[in-house]
This record gives sequence, C-alpha cells and structure tokens, in this order.
Amino acid sequence: MTDRLTIGFLPLVDAALPILAKEHGFAEDVGLDLEFLRDVSWATVLDRLLYGHADAAHLLAPLAIATTLGIGRPARPLSVPFVLGLNGNAITVSNDLADKLQPEGGLGNAEEVGKRLADVVASSDRRLCFGVVHRHSSHNYMLRYWLAACGIRPDRDIDIVTVAPPFAADALESGEVDGICVGEPWNSVAVERGVGRIVLTTAQIWRRGVEKVLAVPTAKLEEKRDAFERLIVAMRRAGEHFVDPANWETNAEILARPEYVGADPALILHAISDRLRLQQGGELIHYPDFMFQFREAANFPWVSQAGWLYAQMMRWEGRGFDREASEKAMAVFRPDIYRAALSGRDSPLPGASSKVEGGIASPLGVSAQQGRLVLSPDNFFDGKTFDPERLESYLASLDQ
Amino acid sequence: MRIAIVDESEMRASIIEDGLADLPDCEIFVITQRLGLMARMDEIQPDVVLIDLGNPSRDVLEEYFAVSRALAKPIAMFVDESDDDAIAASIDAGVSAYVVDGLSTGRIRPLVDVAVRRFNAFSRMQSDLAEARGQLAERENIDRAKRLLMNSKGLSEPEAYKELRSQAMRSSKRIAEVAEALVMAQELLGGAA
Repeated sequence: MTDRLTIGFLPLVDAALPILAKEHGFAEDVGLDLEFLRDVSWATVLDRLLYGHADAAHLLAPLAIATTLGIGRPARPLSVPFVLGLNGNAITVSNDLADKLQPEGGLGNAEEVGKRLADVVASSDRRLCFGVVHRHSSHNYMLRYWLAACGIRPDRDIDIVTVAPPFAADALESGEVDGICVGEPWNSVAVERGVGRIVLTTAQIWRRGVEKVLAVPTAKLEEKRDAFERLIVAMRRAGEHFVDPANWETNAEILARPEYVGADPALILHAISDRLRLQQGGELIHYPDFMFQFREAANFPWVSQAGWLYAQMMRWEGRGFDREASEKAMAVFRPDIYRAALSGRDSPLPGASSKVEGGIASPLGVSAQQGRLVLSPDNFFDGKTFDPERLESYLASLDQ
Repeated sequence: MRIAIVDESEMRASIIEDGLADLPDCEIFVITQRLGLMARMDEIQPDVVLIDLGNPSRDVLEEYFAVSRALAKPIAMFVDESDDDAIAASIDAGVSAYVVDGLSTGRIRPLVDVAVRRFNAFSRMQSDLAEARGQLAERENIDRAKRLLMNSKGLSEPEAYKELRSQAMRSSKRIAEVAEALVMAQELLGGAA
C-alpha cells in the first residue's frame, strides 16, 4: 500500500532531501508517494501546514518553535522529527561595505569582520540595515548573535528587517539594506549580479548550526506515524546520495527545475558542493562546512539545538525565561521518532538526545546507541558554549 | 472600517474591491505594488488587511505587524482563534486576513466571507478562461489539419474532417489530438499549414 504525503516548501537548496527522496525513488521504495507544494513566503507554507493542505513542511527551525509557543499567532503544536541540514547561509554585503569589512577579499574571519563592522557602525552618520529572511529564522539569530558578540547591539545600533529571499539582491542593489543573511542560491545571485560580496558564512558563526527542519503538526505525526518514519528512512538515503560528489551534477539539475528551486543549476551546484564565488568574476572557493549534510548524524534533531534557538528567541523578543515554555520549545524536536525510524538500519544513532552545543573542540567519538559516531568541532566563533541544562543562567549571562 | 487589499494581480484586487464596496461603512485601499508597501501601510492605517497567499511580501508584512511602532493599533493574525472555519475557508480560497486586535468577529466575518467568495469566483473565472483558450486553440488546430489534408490529398472539407475522425477512432485519441499531431508533424517537416 502506498501512502501519499504532501510536503510544503520554499524554493531553497536546503529543501533538497525530500525532493531527492522522491526523484530518486527512495520514497517509492518505502511505499510513499510524495507531492510538493511550492510557495513563496514562510507565512503561506505555515498556513498550508496548519490548515491541512500539506502534511509536512520544509520550515525554519525557530518558526516551528515559535508556532508551538504561540508567538506571533495562536499556538499550534508542531513536531520536528528530522533536521533537513545544517547551515548553508551566508552574509552578503554591498560592495562599498565589503571594501571596509574585508578589504583583502576572500572569506573573512568572523571576529575581525565584526570588529571592522563595529567601527563602521560607530562612525557612520546613518544607521546601517541588514535583511534576514524571517524574524523567526536561524539567519536572524545567527546574525544577531554575531553582531552582539562584536559589540554591535541589534535594534539600537543597527536595524534588522525581513526581506523575502528572492528580493534580497534587489534590496542590496537599491540600498534598502546594507547586507543580507540568506540561504543559497540567493547570496550567489547577488554576487553574480555584482550588487554585493559574500564576506562570511553562518558556519563561521556556529560551525554546526541547525537550519531548516521537517515540521509536522503533532497530531498529524501521531496519525501517520508509520508513514513519517518511512519518510525519515527515505530522506536519509537521499542525504547519502546528496553528499556523494558523483551525484552533484544530477542533483543540481533536478533541484534547478522550475517546479522546485527554479534557479540556475550552476549556482545550485556550487551550494551543494560547498563552493562559493564571493565576488563577481572572482575565483570559486571551497568551504567544506558551508552546508553540512548527512554526516555526523547531521539530521538528528538534538534537543539542545532547539534549546539554543529558544534562548535566542527569548533574548531578542525581550521575554524572560519561562521553564514551562523552554520545556515546550525543546520538546518540539523529536529524537524519539528519528530513533524509532532508523533503529536497526545503517545509520548511526547518538546515545544522548542533547549535548553541550559548541562544546566540541576536536573530533570526538561519542557514545552511540547504534553504529559509530565521531563529531567534529561545533564551536561558536566567540568560544562560548550552550548547556541546555543551564538555559536560565545562559540567558542571564548574555549582556542583553 | 479601513480595509487594505494587497494583491499583485490588479484584476483580482479590483474584483475583491468591487465585492467589498457593497458593505456598509468600509473604506477600501488597493495596493498592487511590492515596493513601498510598508510606507503605504503607514499612510493607510488599516483595520483589516487582505493579502493573497501567493504574495511574496507576506513575511515582510507579518514582521511589520509584529514590530512596527508606526501602527498605533496592534494587528492580530487572522480573524479570531475561535473562528477556525473562517480561517480554513480563507486559506482554501487563497487569501489571508490580518485584523486589528479587538475588532469584533461580527464585523469581520461578513467581510472575510466576501473576500473568500470573490477569490473563489476569480479562480473559477481563470480556469474558465484557460479552458476557453484551450478550446480556441483546438479549434484552430483542427482547421489547420483539415486544410493540410484538403491541400495534400485533394479532399473536400467534410472528407478531411472524416479522415481526422476515423484516425482518431483507430488510435483512440481525440480529434483535437490527431489534428495537433498532424500540424506539428507538418511544422517539423518544414511545410506551411
């Protein structure tokens, strides 16, 4: 028997796994017929998910948490049984600003670029403005984390506004924003058009930052639990296919189709092979951590990652710590479902469901429920760590 | 009540505007341009915003509602949490409504109902239009195919049509499909129809 699942998504490279699971027949192999609903705003992806047009959605991880907590709209419980990938975003600034932040060209160092930006902010006669894709996005929280750690206070020293990804390059060109923090291919689009330069990737701010997730209304996950577990199996296979260089060109062609991302296959190929052109006419550089996928249990929904996002949300929404809300936020990530789906299969499963984020300085073998698991450094650029057990004191330790 | 309709389709926006014009005590503003959307919101100070689901500016608009100090009145998402059916119907129709907090459901519901009906009517009109265009194209193909047969085989018009029909029956295809194949083949072979 075949189960049909409809998945909502935004045209971004990190929607790759469910799409490739369908296109390469991995979904069919586990008795799933996947259908896709392409939208152009997260608000619409979320509406369609909450009102039953879609069974699951490619969603911003913090948006799944905000929706569950009822921030910005009436609360609706969502569950995240699978992380669609880590990082894959970059910070692109106008050419003028890039000359000041990274005069020597190339990919900058988060601390140095931040210091130079602080100087620009201090001496500028107008407030600089950066665009992010959504207020409840990892883009927003990573950008804010970086700025604050470099002594630039968002909302006081600098403005941060929402810009729809397809219009990010336009906003840079028109001077509406001085910089953008978006996913691919939209940084590369701005570079190709000569309206900005990539100065940093978000992986340089948090080396293993959680990005998009598969979000499912909690009731729907219970109702179709078996089908969703099979979807997890199919997406793991898609991930394995995705990281194999032999498949990059084929996958770039598939993702580039108008019904999926609808962008230049060459730019998509760069993103999935961790290569970036930082400025118009420049050389391609290779940054292996740019978009981290599949390996090291990258798809595992670590409860501590949800905790970090919750902490940033509270920090920037000016809300205080609330134990009940923090537990609710962390319970959005569902390692139990991930484990159940992959138990007895060829996928390593960590022994723990939570870890100290940013706590790994050199490759570390961790206890595993199944398989062998070595995790690479996952540091934050400022060397801080996040212990989900001490969320309240973490929040208190932040300067704002 | 001040209502802003945000829709990049001018035609649909005017159809909705037209529907709402009948409601008492409503002032309607239509915004079809993406640029300057927030500035327009500041000027209009709407009580209700209706926006199509396909509009890429929705996230920007929600951000604006959430943080803007410029709007004196807080805007809540949708009609009301308790009015879930109305929200579901509006999502099905392809429209989202944002409403000033505290506005009574009794005042909003009729307006959302009108928007939903108008959105549905617009999609029906679009599909009727597409169907009509399709029928027109089929008609043209059949005429061209008939002319091809008449010229190349020296048939009369009824004979040419009969030829197309029997080929369609033999291959269990529609006459329009056979005609299209013939026209396409002729184009590929470089002849004029």
